[in-house]
Amino acid sequence: MAAPPLERVLDGVRLHVVTGKGGVGKTSVASALGLALARQGRRVLLVEVEGRQGISQTFGVPPLGTAEVRLVQDPSGGELWGLSVEAKAALLEYLQTFYKLGRAGGTLERMGVVDFATTIAPGVRDVLLTGKVYEAVGRTTGPRRGQGRYAWDAVVLDAPPTGRITRFLGVNEQVADLARVGPIHGQAESITRMLRSRRSAVHIVTLLEEMPVQESADALAELAGAGFGLGALVVNQVREPLLPDELLARLEGDPDSVEEQVRADLAAVGVRSGARTVGGLLAEGRAHAERVALERALATQVAALGQPVVTLPALLAGTDDGGVSVLADELLGQGVH
Amino acid sequence: MARRGAERLDVDRLLTDPDTGIVVCCGSGGVGKTTTAAALGVRAAEAGRRVVVLTIDPARRLAQSLGLTELDNTPRPVEGVGAAAGGSLDAMMLDMKRTFDEVVLAHSTPEKARQILDNPFYQSVSSSFAGTQEYMAMEKLGQLRAQADRDGTWDLVIVDTPPSRSALDFLDAPKRLGSFLDGRFVRLLMAPAKASGRAYLKVFSVGANLAAATLSKVLGGQFLADVQTFVAALDTMFGGFRQRADVTYALLGEPSTAFVVVAAPERDALREATFFVDRLAAEGMPLAGVVVNRMQVLAAPGLSGSRAAAAAEQLEDRADDADTDAPQPGPTPALLRLHAALAEVAARHEARVRQFAASHPGVPLSMVPAGATDIHDLDGLRSVGASLASGG
Repeated sequence: MAAPPLERVLDGVRLHVVTGKGGVGKTSVASALGLALARQGRRVLLVEVEGRQGISQTFGVPPLGTAEVRLVQDPSGGELWGLSVEAKAALLEYLQTFYKLGRAGGTLERMGVVDFATTIAPGVRDVLLTGKVYEAVGRTTGPRRGQGRYAWDAVVLDAPPTGRITRFLGVNEQVADLARVGPIHGQAESITRMLRSRRSAVHIVTLLEEMPVQESADALAELAGAGFGLGALVVNQVREPLLPDELLARLEGDPDSVEEQVRADLAAVGVRSGARTVGGLLAEGRAHAERVALERALATQVAALGQPVVTLPALLAGTDDGGVSVLADELLGQGVH
Repeated sequence: MARRGAERLDVDRLLTDPDTGIVVCCGSGGVGKTTTAAALGVRAAEAGRRVVVLTIDPARRLAQSLGLTELDNTPRPVEGVGAAAGGSLDAMMLDMKRTFDEVVLAHSTPEKARQILDNPFYQSVSSSFAGTQEYMAMEKLGQLRAQADRDGTWDLVIVDTPPSRSALDFLDAPKRLGSFLDGRFVRLLMAPAKASGRAYLKVFSVGANLAAATLSKVLGGQFLADVQTFVAALDTMFGGFRQRADVTYALLGEPSTAFVVVAAPERDALREATFFVDRLAAEGMPLAGVVVNRMQVLAAPGLSGSRAAAAAEQLEDRADDADTDAPQPGPTPALLRLHAALAEVAARHEARVRQFAASHPGVPLSMVPAGATDIHDLDGLRSVGASLASGG
C-alpha cells in the first residue's frame, strides 16, 4: 500500500494526537512536534493528560498545573504553551462553566462525587480529559465559541500509550451509550465528531524494535477501524549503521578472512591482537550486523503500513541539552507543517 | 561489569529460598518487565521450584515461547522446563474482564450476578483499561496464592505488573477500592436500597439531593439509575471483594514477598525506578532489588574506546599514505570505530547506574546485557536468567 504524502495527511489538521508504546519517546516527539509548529509562527498548545509532568521535564520548567503556561517564544512570532489536564479539576471547571455551581462544587467534592466520577467511572474520566482538549481546539477569541479567530492554531496531545489509545479516544461513545441523554452525552458526541474529522490526526511513535512495531501495527488497524484519522508513523531513535554494507555482508559470509586481516592490522599499529580482542571485535561486529538486519526488516514493515513515515535520529544525550530542538528541526526538514 | 560498591542482587538465592513465595516485577513500560518475569520463572523452575508466572500483556512471540497461545485466564504448563530438577513452570495471561466476571459470579447468587453482568455501567468499568487492570491483577495474584496454599500446586508465584505509568495504581488498588466503598456518595447511593436507610438518608439529604440532582443533570437520569442499580447489586459482594483486596495488600507486605523493580539504563526509566523504590519503602513493601536491563556490554572489554579510535585513525592514515593503488582501509578501522562507539554507550550506561546506586545505597542491583535481538524462545529466557543471576 503506497502511503499518502505527509503534506496531504497533515493538511488542515489542528489537533495532533501523539501515541506509541510505553518507552518509545512519545512525550519527546509530541514536544518536538509542538516546537516545530511554533517555529512556523503558530500559536501551539501542548497538552498532557496522564499527570506525568513529562512536558515540564522536557522543557525544564516547573511542574505544569491547570493553567496554560508559555514554554517557548519563537522569533517567528510563534508560541508554544503547555498544559497538564487533570480529570478532577476538569470536572469542577466543567460543572462551573455549564451549571454555575458556585458553592455546590465544593459540596460535590466533599460528598466524594468528584472522586467517584473521575476514578471509578473511567469513561467519564476520559471524556473530561478529551473534553478539555476539545475545548482548547475549538476555543476562539470572540465573546462566544465560534466567533473571532481560533485561540490556538494547533493543539498537540501527548496521549495515552497505544494499548489504551483507541479506548481513550473512543470512550466518548462509550459514555454516549451509558449516558443516553444529557449534556455529557451531547458533549461526548461533539468530541467524537471532532476526533473523527479531518481536523484531527493520530500520529504513532515507534522504535525499530519488534514489540513497538507490532503494537503500532495493531493500534493503526484499531484506530482506522474506529474511524479516527491517521497521521504519520514516527520512527524514533534511529541509528545509522556503524559499519559499511560491504563489511556487514563479509561478517556474515566470510568471517575468517576478516579475522585474519583484523589481527594483522592491529599488530601493525601496535594494538593488542590476542584472540580475545580480535574475537571480541568480530563478535561486536556480528551483533551489530544482526541488529542492522533486524532494524532494516522492521523499517520495511513500518513503511508497508500505509502511512507516511517520519524518522528521527537517536540522540546520545536523550532530549536533555536541547535535544527537542534537534528533533523539531528534523520534523520541519521532513515536511511537517 | 565492575560493581562500584553497589550490592549485587543475588537472584539465585532469592529464587531458591523456600521462604520466597511471591515475586512482583514492577517498572515503567518498555523496560523488559515481562521478559524479566518470564526469565525468573524459567530459572526458578529449573532450580526445582514449582512456579506460576502471571503476565499481563506479553509480546506475541514471548507468549508463544511460553506456550501461551490464547488469553484464557488459566495457568498452562510450559513444556520442557524444570522437570529434571523436580520443578515446573506454568504461565498465564491475565484476562481482566473475565477475572472481574468470576469475582462477581463467586460472590453473588446467579440471578444477582446476571443483573450485574448485564449492567452497562459494570460493562464499562470491567472492560476499561485504566484502573481495572490493577484491581484484577491483585485479585488474580490473591487467587493464585490461595490456590497454591490450598492444594500445593505452586510454591512460587511470579507476577508481572500492569504497564501503568505509575506504581501508585498497582499499590493503591486495594486502598482505592476500600476508600471508594467507604465513600459517602456510594453509601448514599446504596442507602435507598437498604431497609433502614431512611434516617441515614435524612442526615445527608440536602447534600444527597444536590449530588443526585447535579449528576442527573450532567449525566442524564438513566445514567444515575444504572449506577444506582450497579452499586446496589454489587452491595452484597462488596464485603468479600474488599476483604480480599486487603488480604492481598497484606500479602504483598509480608517478608515472603519480594519486589523486583525493573529498569533500563536511561534517564526516564531510572527516574521511574527511583519512584518505585521510594514508594515501596514508604509502604513498607519488601524490595529485593533493581534489575537494569539492556546494559551495553563490550565483547572486547580490554580495549578502551579511545585506544580503538586512535588505532582506527592510524590505520586510515596508513591506507591514505600508501599513495599508489591505495588499498582500502579494510574492515579493521570500521570495527574499531564501532567498538569506540559501543564503549561510549557502555560508559554512559554505567555512569547512569552508578548515579542511581549512589542515591540508593543498600539497594541490590543486577545488570542484564542488551541482546542484539528480542527474546522469543526458552533458550533466550534461560540466557537472560543466567545474566540476571550473575548480575551482568
